[in-house]
Amino acid sequence: MTDLDSLEAVALGEIRQAQDADALDDVRVRYLGKKGVLTERLKTLGTLPSEERPAAGQAINRIKSSLQQAIAEKKSGFEQSDLQQRLGREALDVTLPGRRQDLGSLHPVTHTRIRIREYFERFGFSVEEGPEVEDEFHNFEALNIPAHHPARAMHDTFYFGDGMLLRTHTSSVQIRYMQHNSPPLRIIAPGRVYRCDSDPTHSPMFHQVEGLLVDEHTSFAHLKSMLVKFLQTFFEDEALQVRFRPSYFPFTEPSAEIDVAIPGSEPGNLRWLEILGCGMVHPAVFEQVGIDPKRYRGYAFGMGVERLAMLRYQIDDLRLFFENDLRFLRQFA
Amino acid sequence: MQVSERWLREWVDPPTDTKHLADVLTMAGLEVDSLSPAAPAFSNVVVARITSPESHSDGGNYHVCQVDDGSGQMLTVVCAANNVRAGMMTALARVGAKLPGGVDIEAKTLHGVESAGMLCSLAELGLAESSEGIIELPEACDPGIDLHECLELEDTVIDIDLTPNRADCLSVQGLAREVSALLESPLEEVACPTIAASTDTVFPVTIEASEACARYVGRAITGVKGDIASPLWMQEKLRRSGLRSVNAITDITNYVMLELGQPMHAFDLDKLDSGIVVRFARDLESLHLLNGQEVSLSGDELVIADGKSPLALAGIMGGERSCVADQTSAVFLEAAWFHPRALAGIARRHGLHTDSSHRFERGVDPDLAQLAIQRATQLILEIAGGEAGPVVCEEDIARLPQPVEIELECSNAKNLLGIELSADEVEKLLVRLQCQVRRSGECLHVVPPGFRTDLAIEADLIEEIARLKGYEAIPLTYEESISLDTRGQVAHTRPFESMKQALVGSGYSEIISFSFVSQEMEALFNPEHRAKALENPISQELSVMRSSLWPGLVQAAMHNFNRQQERIRFFEHGLQFCQTPEGLLQRPVLAGLICGNCEPEQWGAVPREVDFYDLKGDVERLLEVARLPQDEIQVSPLEDPALHPGQAAQILHGDVMLARFGALHPRIQSSLGISQAVYLFELQLDGISQRLPEPVFRPLSKFPLIRRDITLVVDEAVSAAGICANIEQMQIPILQHVGIFSVYTGKGIKKGKKSISLGLILQEFSRTLTDKEVEQTITSIVSQLEHQVGAEMRS
Repeated sequence: MTDLDSLEAVALGEIRQAQDADALDDVRVRYLGKKGVLTERLKTLGTLPSEERPAAGQAINRIKSSLQQAIAEKKSGFEQSDLQQRLGREALDVTLPGRRQDLGSLHPVTHTRIRIREYFERFGFSVEEGPEVEDEFHNFEALNIPAHHPARAMHDTFYFGDGMLLRTHTSSVQIRYMQHNSPPLRIIAPGRVYRCDSDPTHSPMFHQVEGLLVDEHTSFAHLKSMLVKFLQTFFEDEALQVRFRPSYFPFTEPSAEIDVAIPGSEPGNLRWLEILGCGMVHPAVFEQVGIDPKRYRGYAFGMGVERLAMLRYQIDDLRLFFENDLRFLRQFA
Repeated sequence: MQVSERWLREWVDPPTDTKHLADVLTMAGLEVDSLSPAAPAFSNVVVARITSPESHSDGGNYHVCQVDDGSGQMLTVVCAANNVRAGMMTALARVGAKLPGGVDIEAKTLHGVESAGMLCSLAELGLAESSEGIIELPEACDPGIDLHECLELEDTVIDIDLTPNRADCLSVQGLAREVSALLESPLEEVACPTIAASTDTVFPVTIEASEACARYVGRAITGVKGDIASPLWMQEKLRRSGLRSVNAITDITNYVMLELGQPMHAFDLDKLDSGIVVRFARDLESLHLLNGQEVSLSGDELVIADGKSPLALAGIMGGERSCVADQTSAVFLEAAWFHPRALAGIARRHGLHTDSSHRFERGVDPDLAQLAIQRATQLILEIAGGEAGPVVCEEDIARLPQPVEIELECSNAKNLLGIELSADEVEKLLVRLQCQVRRSGECLHVVPPGFRTDLAIEADLIEEIARLKGYEAIPLTYEESISLDTRGQVAHTRPFESMKQALVGSGYSEIISFSFVSQEMEALFNPEHRAKALENPISQELSVMRSSLWPGLVQAAMHNFNRQQERIRFFEHGLQFCQTPEGLLQRPVLAGLICGNCEPEQWGAVPREVDFYDLKGDVERLLEVARLPQDEIQVSPLEDPALHPGQAAQILHGDVMLARFGALHPRIQSSLGISQAVYLFELQLDGISQRLPEPVFRPLSKFPLIRRDITLVVDEAVSAAGICANIEQMQIPILQHVGIFSVYTGKGIKKGKKSISLGLILQEFSRTLTDKEVEQTITSIVSQLEHQVGAEMRS
């Protein structure tokens, strides 16, 4: 059976030398195909004497599987190198920028409003809104600021000449809310407010968040803790120095302004910056909205959103808030 | 309120430095705005006596003065001032002196004479805005003394931002009382003797409006010198309080106002006719005020008149006719109590705000008038000479503020402030404020002093207790329990916030523009609307309330076009103000603008400018975020003056317009000089439920879905919505979705026609669809479209 051995050697040699998958397949067909050399040999087994057949069959099958294995190995080698080539072809410059739409941005005033709201919502305050074109009653009279009260001069009001005005604070919302709801009450009222004043540090329109809490056992000490904690939370500074300074608002009594200590012009120097107004709801306000001042007490506070935003984001010019320059807005994505 | 620290310390002199004093005031609610030196820095300026002034030999307006500066050696100084005279005491800046404004005094030869320094005016030392001639110092000064010492210039001007309730602190006396109470330091009242009359000159006073003027104290003083200046010490005190010196009489009335808090007025007695009448103005009356302003008066304005006509706008400003001048030789002094309500708003109406109106509007102590007349008399006789007549006092005591007794429950103070307090402590604190206190157990009956017109109710007293104890004494107490009203827990801003977040995700930046715009801009966008106009706008650019957010968005875009930004996506959330027959509607809207390229410039995308459909896609996304049921809304073309008539649409929910959007009208574009197309949308937030409906889960089908695409050719006028509506009408249960994936006109399609490709998604929930069912469904849809919209199938 030396011709079988040499046939195997020749076939294995051809498999080894196959240059590509097609050449390999030619070899396979030539030896193992329907009319292949080995297939033909198997067909001729019948012509052999019966005692020789088993051995001859075994020998042919051994060679057949030896060739099959060799072909499979060779084929897998071709696949490996094909894959390698393909991966190489498909390599990208991963440092090129991604294909994208720009990310937009929320206004820093909105970011600040959200931050304020999130704090007070934790304490059960809900968000209320009201009209910006207001009447004298809700903006002034109900807040214990009758016509010609000297405090009106502090407000620089925009008027329409028909008894209406642009609200000078969102305190008007607390009146509207108290007229329609009974204690206990907890609201914050964010929104636009207007003062007839325009210079580098005053804008004719800006934003306030007003807060109101009315309950049976509320005290100035509660007000202090709520707002100190707020400022420490807002500025993420547990050690923030905060002081309450007596002040005057017709709709609260006692009234206070809150100053926070911020770094001054010289290092190690602190300077007090006014940041919030607050106080205990004046009994006259409760009377205006039909809440019994003997049973209920409350506190109210108001803060300028731009001022908080300026401190938090280190914005040094109020006018930037309303110029709507993309180079400014994009910084708050 | 601006006050000299030295003057204040004449009344109360606590052992504390300026800085601490200022802190104490600030922390008591009298916010100190600034502390500034009473005089600008200068050095080496001394008191000197002019012994012999001689006119310069060259005949110019120069004096060559021999000056005694206390050094024992006479100095020669050249001086151009015309008030130079022998024996005059003045200020000499010696050689080497440094004056304000960086002026260094050197020995100089002037007009051929060596001048050993400079004789100074007040202005040259920064002690007046302008001055005529050199300083005239009192005779009694010693030459050689530093001018700082002579004029007590080592002083601080304390500027206090007083709140309107603290009218009592609008005087040195009032501030001193406050400091005395705060620091428990004794108060030195300035001696103010009663000056007896030395003539019987009386000028009669009649009050016809006692509801507005319940007390009028007057006094005639004859034989005064109208033409002299007030003494330097008084001028200095006035200057440090921010007032200019005028003449001795006027300065004295101002001085008494600053010192005691009582606004006063001096009339030239010889210019008055018959008697003083305090009355309301009559129709057609007018008055020429001291400041040169001519005011027409109306019937609610209180005037001080004589037999002829109004002399002064009561409590606000005197008139020119009766004002004190150089030739004045007799005066009539006024110290009155006007009701704050009677003066309210009057000064403002005439554009006036005076030291007097400021005080009367806030409330003056009615007991001051008598005292002030005496004090002014004393000073006038001392400074301007003359003989005082008897004091005339007309009053209606019942109409003066009456002392009130306030009941204060100690427990109320404790509960409101949240601190521990004993009745003893409360009493002590209130007594420090000069309140009269009567105790009955834990209840205090408190009568505040007459000057504290702001103390009327219990809460006022509680505030005083907190102020005196110091707000820092109130602890931080956290709530023990929260009695919560949870009805408010639905935060209704949420859907709007999700919508804003969606816009941010699509590349929009939020802007905030003013709610008022120019009339022109408003008219450009909404010509039919009569915008609500401000009575007192800050400028014409900001004079009417916007009826849409579009003008602000377009202006913001233009601001950025001018800064080389061409690709813009903006949105704003705010109110629009629309006048309707039902009144002004203030509605929240969310509006946006896009222009420029669809995507930021990048290597991997072909640049394409945004168009109507980019805008519409963004609007659709917003409605999806708001969870508006798609089948309840309709889109239709819109006519809007601000939008391109062929590229404008509205979204309706029932008959409510939820949104309008489209291309900015080319007319507006060109009138604003905008070169590129701009697209705008505006969403009515009132129409969007403030509460997102919670999603309800629907089971998922386990069976495959089948897609069939068909392409139809229809007339160009046939709308996509028309085709979809026709299919929808058929109510085919297995048809899950119809999508349009291609619209084509051009080569291969007849003119006036377009081809539209639809992707139809079919699925049955409980079984797999058969080919036959699918084919039947598609055939029925095609046949429906052939009949209804004249569609032809395209092979």
